[in-house]
Amino acid sequence: MIEPSLSRDSADGHFLQIKSIVKTYDDVVAVNDVSLDIAKGDIFALLGASGSGKSTLLRMLAGFETPNSGQIILDGEDIVSLAPYRRPINMMFQSYALFPHMTVEQNIAYGLKQDRMPKNLIADKVVQMLRLVHMEKYAKRKPEQLSGGQRQRVALARSLAKSPKLLLLDEPMGALDKKLRNRMQLEVVDILESVGVTCVMVTHDQEEAMTMANRIAIMEEGRIVQAGTPRDIYEAPNSLQAAEFIGSMNLFHGTITVDAQDHAVIQTTEVATPMYVSYGVTTAIEDKQVVFAVRPEKTMISREQPDSQYNWCHGVVHDIAYLGGHSVYHIRLDNGKIVYSFMINSDRFADLPTWEESVYVHWSADSGLVLRP
Amino acid sequence: MKKLFARLSLHADAGKKWVIAVPTLWLGLFFALPFLIVLKIAFAEADIAIPPYTALLSMADQAFDLHVYFGNFVFLTEDSLYLTAYLNSLKMAALSTLLCLLVGYPMAYYIARAKSSTQSILLLLILLPSWTSFLIRIYAWIGILKSNGVLNNVLLWLGVIDQPLAILNTNIAVYIGIVYAYLPFMVLPLYANLVKHDYSLIEASQDLGARRLKSFWNITFPLSRNGIVAGSMLVFIPVVGEYVIPELLGGTNSIVIGKVMWQEFFNNRDWPLASSLALIMLLILMIPIHLFRKHQEKEWEDSK
Repeated sequence: MIEPSLSRDSADGHFLQIKSIVKTYDDVVAVNDVSLDIAKGDIFALLGASGSGKSTLLRMLAGFETPNSGQIILDGEDIVSLAPYRRPINMMFQSYALFPHMTVEQNIAYGLKQDRMPKNLIADKVVQMLRLVHMEKYAKRKPEQLSGGQRQRVALARSLAKSPKLLLLDEPMGALDKKLRNRMQLEVVDILESVGVTCVMVTHDQEEAMTMANRIAIMEEGRIVQAGTPRDIYEAPNSLQAAEFIGSMNLFHGTITVDAQDHAVIQTTEVATPMYVSYGVTTAIEDKQVVFAVRPEKTMISREQPDSQYNWCHGVVHDIAYLGGHSVYHIRLDNGKIVYSFMINSDRFADLPTWEESVYVHWSADSGLVLRP
Repeated sequence: MKKLFARLSLHADAGKKWVIAVPTLWLGLFFALPFLIVLKIAFAEADIAIPPYTALLSMADQAFDLHVYFGNFVFLTEDSLYLTAYLNSLKMAALSTLLCLLVGYPMAYYIARAKSSTQSILLLLILLPSWTSFLIRIYAWIGILKSNGVLNNVLLWLGVIDQPLAILNTNIAVYIGIVYAYLPFMVLPLYANLVKHDYSLIEASQDLGARRLKSFWNITFPLSRNGIVAGSMLVFIPVVGEYVIPELLGGTNSIVIGKVMWQEFFNNRDWPLASSLALIMLLILMIPIHLFRKHQEKEWEDSK
């Protein structure tokens, strides 16, 4: 509704179509009329807090839960009524669910054995899979003799061994520590892309979703809030919910005073300076209440008052969180509201504003967003 | 195992030694000492005296006489009754263990899968019968199984049979009694094992293409091996020496080692022979006990 897509949307096919899926448990609606189109080769992330319904949706794709209504069409075939063992879908479980009494080799071969694949072909495929995840040396180990990262590789190899049409990842990095997580995110994506499998993953970690997925859907209370590329979702959130979910956001409530073809002006109740955005916001006359939003990294801090009549506010430095690469400034405005601003620490010892210093926060006309409250 | 003890004793202080002293004393007084007495009697001769056997050590003509008699053991090999009794007992124990497993596994599986609030109720139901005396419960089975008992009356009334079934005083009655009495010993260790299983493994198995039953055989069953072994030992070992159930529910022709021992001890007053019978039974049972311990040790080593 606001801006055109910032990057190419890969939804050029309809490989996996989720149509109006509803799932309720007793009186609780876990998944509420969700529809999604996922293209072949996509790595699609369902991003949401716990209880948002993302795991339920994933389990319905795997076949462990049956939707109350709706269709799941994979490659032209409605799979809702198929049992999990009949679906051309494999899943990497959050806990990996490796069979503890089987070796790495046996774990990877398990799915192939169920398909009664000839023994020599199974052996070839297992070797191929072990090579794919760089685990050739560990073929004879039991899962308990492996580290967390190694277990994840085995779980990934096992779920890819049957060359599924669709791969499901349930919180893929949930069981790993932060450092390993960052490495494995990129490695897993490399593997998935080399195989070319279509993938739906569930995560509560926005950084993970943005690193791994080329498309993201934000879920909240069983509904899709917004679906799009990571960049779309970050730079052009379509609602307050989406904007608040990803990253941090400075929000100012106000009313539209000027609404032209190529710009709009919002007068907020919190800051005297009006906000100017460089695009038109087609609003109905009676619906002037909006929220002006600007991300902290798009704001700048200066000691002098900006000469523009728009897009700045004045306050004092309330707190500084020094994070190494950048610092987060908490600026307390004259009315007590806290505005966040990121400052890149490009100089080692620069003369930066410090605690209780009077500063101005300002941003350019194309940085702000207008959202519906 | 040795390493474990070494580590324990390394850190052990005086307090710990005292803690260990109590069970050690208990086992010494009520297990080791009686065992030594049985061992002593097994190498004595039956005698019409009080107690009814010859002394191992006697003092005569200013000399200690050590009298070790092996005749009891020789006699055991000569009469085929004893071999039959041992074999019958082992067969009874093996079959009962299998039956307990067949009945107990689904029960344990069901309990382990039930809601946790239901689980405790079901477990209580398993344990509840053992709050009444073992003997009374076996007597109750006589009332159920006899020709004009509860079971036959119900079946006759339903019209399933027109003649009362002769179950009491047969081997079938013995097996019913044993399975009934020893089922908790099978169900509880199996439950303890199955309840720890991660259900996502079954989902993973299904996800990879195995149906429910196949997933059970491929995943749940092999992973419950420890529970099966533990439950089987807890049933097999006591059933080998079982006396009460074959005596009360079985026929006169059911020759098991427990009954033979009773007869030798009380009817024939041949304490030495009864003791040697017990000793041989213990030796036989040491095989499965040893295997069980080895298995446990291996598990313990593996889980490190």
